[in-house]
Amino acid sequence: MADQPGAAVMEAGALEFRGAEVDLVDERRESRETVGTPFIDDPRMSCRDVNVYYSDNHAIKNVSLDIGREQVLAMIGPSGCGKSTFLRALNRMNDTIDGCRMTGEIKLDGNDIYAKDMDVVPLRALVGMVFQKPNPFPKSIFDNIAYGVRIHGLAESKSEIEGIVEHSLKRAGLWEEVNDRLHQPGTGLSGGQQQRLCIARTIAVSPEVILMDEPCSALDPIATARVEDLINELGQDYTIAIVTHSMQQAARVSQRTAYFHLGDLLEVGPTDQIFTNPIHPLTEDYITGRFG
Amino acid sequence: MGSPSLILALLGLSSVSYYLGWRRSISLAQGTVRNLHSLPGYHGLYTALWAAVPALLLLGVGVALKGPIVTNIVVSDLPREVQSLSPERLNLVVNDIRNLASGNIASQKTPGMLAAADRYIRLQGYAAIAITVAVLAMGVFCGAIAWRTIQPGKRARNSVERIILGFLMASSTIAILTTVGIVLSVLFESIRFFQAIPVTDFIFGLDWSPQMAIRADQVGASGAFGAVPLFAGTLLISFIAMVVAVPVGLMSAIYLAEYARPRVRGVVKPLLEVLAGIPTVVYGFFAALTVAPFIRGMGEQVGLDVASESALAAGLVMGIMIIPFVSSLSDDVINAVPQAMRDGAYALGATRSETIKQVVIPAALPGIVGGVLLAVSRAIGETMIVVMAAGLAANLTANPLSAVTTVTVQIVTLLTGDQEFDSPKTLAAFALGLVLFVVTLGLNVIALQVVRKYREQYE
Repeated sequence: MADQPGAAVMEAGALEFRGAEVDLVDERRESRETVGTPFIDDPRMSCRDVNVYYSDNHAIKNVSLDIGREQVLAMIGPSGCGKSTFLRALNRMNDTIDGCRMTGEIKLDGNDIYAKDMDVVPLRALVGMVFQKPNPFPKSIFDNIAYGVRIHGLAESKSEIEGIVEHSLKRAGLWEEVNDRLHQPGTGLSGGQQQRLCIARTIAVSPEVILMDEPCSALDPIATARVEDLINELGQDYTIAIVTHSMQQAARVSQRTAYFHLGDLLEVGPTDQIFTNPIHPLTEDYITGRFG
Repeated sequence: MGSPSLILALLGLSSVSYYLGWRRSISLAQGTVRNLHSLPGYHGLYTALWAAVPALLLLGVGVALKGPIVTNIVVSDLPREVQSLSPERLNLVVNDIRNLASGNIASQKTPGMLAAADRYIRLQGYAAIAITVAVLAMGVFCGAIAWRTIQPGKRARNSVERIILGFLMASSTIAILTTVGIVLSVLFESIRFFQAIPVTDFIFGLDWSPQMAIRADQVGASGAFGAVPLFAGTLLISFIAMVVAVPVGLMSAIYLAEYARPRVRGVVKPLLEVLAGIPTVVYGFFAALTVAPFIRGMGEQVGLDVASESALAAGLVMGIMIIPFVSSLSDDVINAVPQAMRDGAYALGATRSETIKQVVIPAALPGIVGGVLLAVSRAIGETMIVVMAAGLAANLTANPLSAVTTVTVQIVTLLTGDQEFDSPKTLAAFALGLVLFVVTLGLNVIALQVVRKYREQYE
């Protein structure tokens, strides 16, 4: 990609000039320093020098990044660039993977989530997660949402649980569609409804941060549009980090965007700036569709 | 030519046909296999199958008809007074002729009989030659016709695939027909039993003592065929076995599938499955010689009266035997629960045990129930352990410390040794077998229903 085939046919003088520019671009292209604005004031989560390894594979390299309050951060990048791994590091879901190690520091509201005395159970209630494929439990719609409420003891009475279930389903925009069949299996819903059920399930335990790992990649365009509207809406009350393959989606739902490339965080900035005026040449290549 | 060598000859013939068919299709293709509808191998197979299959069918028919036809001819040449004998007597005569023909000892050796035996041998020889010629001619004829019909556009592949489909269907039918045959034979013998003993006496009778009087003046052996004590014993022992096997098996499956490191799992799982490989007779004497005396000793220490052959001993050992059934099947279904389910629960902040109890096990339940019911039918049908450790006394009791007997044990005792097969005593075994079969079949049907019901609910 660094080659400029057009350059070969140019005149000698112009070729010299082009060559110098190519060198300059090359130098910036080779840089793996994060450019843009990775740090912000008063972040909800702050990550410093995060490295993640799968056995011998260095999946995330020295990533430092802040995630702001009540806004949506989109993480984009080509396949295998580590964005999902980084997302899973944010609520310690990587703990369940054998041979996965992590160094560096991730803080939620100033508390190190990898500290020795940090319990993952309340952490994951605070940092919820929605997955690529909708994964409702093999239970009724009601029980899917009540599950998290019950295991965290968030409700005293049955009516309180019912209130939380109704509220969560309303927030997820699913209440109208399912209120007459709350006791039917959640697995009987359509893909888009299942994904919104999973979002409702996450909201039910009142998290501060919601992580979403390509939440629309298994959905059709109409369901995707509904989930995107939901993300936009939820972004006003929750801190959301979303991994996505779709740049249009990142542009539609997020306020900030981070571009990952082969385990490096190359660029972070306001979404409109990343898509109109990227700083790093590789970011530009990616968003203009030259690879990825 | 005998049938084995004839079959070998047919195999040779079909190999040659394969080669000829293959050659012909290639020469018709004029060097380009693309010109053929089917690959040359299919044309070869087509020719070979035509050479072999009709000839083999003819051979089967010939062998089946040879005996009756030859016998009929021999009988029709016998003197009239012999022919007019009753069918049973005539059968004896025919048997004698056959024995003479094969050089065995016969009861009568008159010249007429010897002549008939000679004739029998001669006719057998003719028949064998006729069959050989007919079968080989059939093979060559059909093979040649198939060979002649080979054309570039011939759909040899479709024909071959249809014939192979036929073979596959025939193979699956064999298993079904065998089952049907077993059921029918058990059913007919049971009907004979129920002609002697009323069904209600058998199913609701509380007394089992199957000794029948052999002589009319024999004392104290009237025969009572109430099967309730046997079923009670079977259920008691199966229940004890399940009480041991289900919790232990399920919990070891959960440990293996959810907690164990891959290395531990790699060692423990095969070791557990070794339990399934131990012959049941070994379990049997382990139960009778080690476990039963141990339980008796323990019982005596706390002042309980324990029979030396107790239901508890047999049930415990049987339970240990079925552990691998439950654990292996449950382990498989627990592993089949998608990781996404666990991730979903973990992401909500569920602990590992909450995830297992409330997400993984419910999702795996249909498979677990199926495995448990399979283990139950295994326990009900198990014989060797109970023969050795449970005893023969048909006590109607719910006390696990006393000796009980089971359906399978009684079938074994009724049918071992020299028996007469027309007394209710031996026929009772078939009736017991029928009930056993019905019960296990019912369990399997219920297992399937349960699995289906949960599946509808969960998918």
